[in-house]
Amino acid sequence: MALDAGLVGRSYPPSAVYEVGREKIAEFATALGDPDPIHRDPEAARAAGHPDVIAPPTFAIVLSLGAGNVVVEDPDVGIDYSRVVHGEQRFTHHRPIRAGDRLVATASIAAVRSVAGNDMLTTRVDLATEDGEPVCTTTSMLVARGAA
Amino acid sequence: MSPRPTGVEVGTQLPEQVSRVTRADLVRYAGASGDFNVIHWNERVAREVGLPGVIAHGMLTAGLAVRAVTSWAGDPGAVVDYQVRFSRPVVVPDDTDGAEVTVRGRVAALLDDGRVRVDLTVTSGGEKVLSLARAVVALS
Repeated sequence: MALDAGLVGRSYPPSAVYEVGREKIAEFATALGDPDPIHRDPEAARAAGHPDVIAPPTFAIVLSLGAGNVVVEDPDVGIDYSRVVHGEQRFTHHRPIRAGDRLVATASIAAVRSVAGNDMLTTRVDLATEDGEPVCTTTSMLVARGAA
Repeated sequence: MSPRPTGVEVGTQLPEQVSRVTRADLVRYAGASGDFNVIHWNERVAREVGLPGVIAHGMLTAGLAVRAVTSWAGDPGAVVDYQVRFSRPVVVPDDTDGAEVTVRGRVAALLDDGRVRVDLTVTSGGEKVLSLARAVVALS
């Protein structure tokens, strides 16, 4: 089933506040085998000019995965999640995500496309502090393989 | 804080990075990222949906790849933009060695404001697993 082009631009209510914790950043860095103390030691982070430990560049996926689910689960989108693969991902950082950030995620549909029976859905998630400071924009393209 | 690279020009090569990804790493990444998709830990389901076996999370591969950039840049906060296109899954066998992921990078362009674009070549078993992997790094 082709995705409706009229979905482009649809935006969803902001998420609940996600508070970024030092331990979560450290856990994520460890899962990437990343030994950099800037992800664990506030002193090392401050020495590099950051107010607290900062997250690896792909950490925003933790928030954007959850926020993007509202799009995938939108009945008007009607995408078959069992046939979905991750096609593309982009992170644009306005500043590094750091421990203590209280972030709100707002998802919207950036593009829909159908190529050779496959549906491609591009979701944008804007992460900002609860005070409205932009922090990161993520763009995820999912491919739903057409039924054979 | 690691020193920032100096004398950077188009063609500057980043140090090659070789990682290994095991099933245990997939479980750890699933927990850290919140991506519990079954195809990243269950061989039976992975095969039922037509995969050759359990595959790594694309974002695990992407996260490993950008480490080559952050360790070169000296500050992970210097990566202001990072984009990847997934072209081939990294199949992770159920053994102690797992799958190898090799990352090579080169400076592809000098941008304004002291930023550079780094293009990465990411392979596993000699095959490209990301058809595009590109980071913009603020070096000053």
